[in-house]
Amino acid sequence: MIEYRSVGKTFSGGNAAVADFDLVIPSHTTTVFVGSSGCGKTTLLRMVNRMVEPTSGQVLIDDVDVASRNPVELRRSIGYVMQASGLLPHRSVLDNVGTVLRLQGVSRAETRRRSLELMETVGLDTALADRYPHQLSGGQQQRVGVARALVTDPNILLMDEPFGAVDPIVRDELQAELLRLQRELGKTIVFVTHDIDEAFLLGDQVVILAKGGQRAQVGTPADILAAPANDFVRSFVGLDKGGRELHVEERDGVQVVVDAQGRATGVLKG
Amino acid sequence: MRWIGNNTDLILGYLASHVWLSIVPTVLGFLLALPIGWWANRVPAVRGVVLSVGNVLYTIPSLAFILILPGVIGTGFLDPLNIVIALTVYAVAVMARFASDGFASVSPAVLDSARASGFGAAGLALRVELPLAGPVLLAGLRVVSVSTVSLVSVGALAGVDNLGRLFTEGVFTGNTAEILTGIVLVVALALVLDLLLVIAGRALLPWSAGARRVRGGVA
Repeated sequence: MIEYRSVGKTFSGGNAAVADFDLVIPSHTTTVFVGSSGCGKTTLLRMVNRMVEPTSGQVLIDDVDVASRNPVELRRSIGYVMQASGLLPHRSVLDNVGTVLRLQGVSRAETRRRSLELMETVGLDTALADRYPHQLSGGQQQRVGVARALVTDPNILLMDEPFGAVDPIVRDELQAELLRLQRELGKTIVFVTHDIDEAFLLGDQVVILAKGGQRAQVGTPADILAAPANDFVRSFVGLDKGGRELHVEERDGVQVVVDAQGRATGVLKG
Repeated sequence: MRWIGNNTDLILGYLASHVWLSIVPTVLGFLLALPIGWWANRVPAVRGVVLSVGNVLYTIPSLAFILILPGVIGTGFLDPLNIVIALTVYAVAVMARFASDGFASVSPAVLDSARASGFGAAGLALRVELPLAGPVLLAGLRVVSVSTVSLVSVGALAGVDNLGRLFTEGVFTGNTAEILTGIVLVVALALVLDLLLVIAGRALLPWSAGARRVRGGVA
């Protein structure tokens, strides 16, 4: 469990990225921070592995304040995936996947074995093991990024707009893959995105953030759609312009669900 | 040609001395410039100082520098150490700028991601920043190596044996073969050292050579 207790962050320029933020992130679920740029979502994410230090309040993992932990050790114990994968350009795919194991002093042979295993887990052809990152497609690089984050079998996985830089088809694929992995692995995932559809697809708990890290609404996607807390949320999730309104049309006794543009999207089952 | 045949021992002796007078300052200059360049890349004020001092040092005429050194550091007037120290100073002056640029060329996103993965400060500098600065460091090392080989010749005027002696003696005795031998060997030595650096670069930075090939291939 990850817990934010009245967390604030004011950067040296004096602007408050986050103020008095409280949240509980239950274990083995996916929590998505979603909001426009400048809402503090990445700042909040990076507080979990001390890449950003709060100026007030505490962040706790299983009731232990992360500020009391050695930052380097803490980071090695938490998986981290970022946009454009952040892979080391001078190391092969296999070495990139095994990076943290080597940092933890795991032997070369064991690192190799577990890295190859992880490549398979995330759906990467092991024939790519000796390539360098720049020789892979964007989607493949992102899978390497996920494999690298999972190789130590961490309890927590932090994902900072991991699928932001790939084309929509590959993004759909990677999202489906992440859902499959999460069903198998049951990690505590904290995911940052500006895409509300991605948030609703992946999140068990969705945190909609307004400027300055204010919680506009926290809940399951269904909760939020059923009862948007205010106009900001209504507009952010696309309820204001009717974009999410579906209605039913009957055809020969079958109830067909039609979206706002009049496109048939499915049938209603009794 | 007959002159060369009669003087092989002399020529090889000058060549050997020229080789180590070139390699030692290049290597020392490289090793000293790395931490300076790394620090300069971290602290903008340091970078400004390093670049200006480097420029000023490089404007000191090499012959004057070599002749003044004994008076400053108390070495003998004909001591080869004078040349080694003077050329090391020039090498640092040039290399520190390349080192600073090399460390600046490392992608901040890659560094951020490496830090988030759990690299400590030393691991980050030695295992991420240093190799990624490699291509620029190599470019700098090639410049320094060639310029050092050529500068060593100046040491002949300060009485230190090296291939430069073939120019000074050749001019003095009007021996064209001797002068030409000196020129050809200095150029050949510079080319050989450069080639060795390129080969070492291929071996140590395989990812970078691959990147060039792929970019070329796509274009």
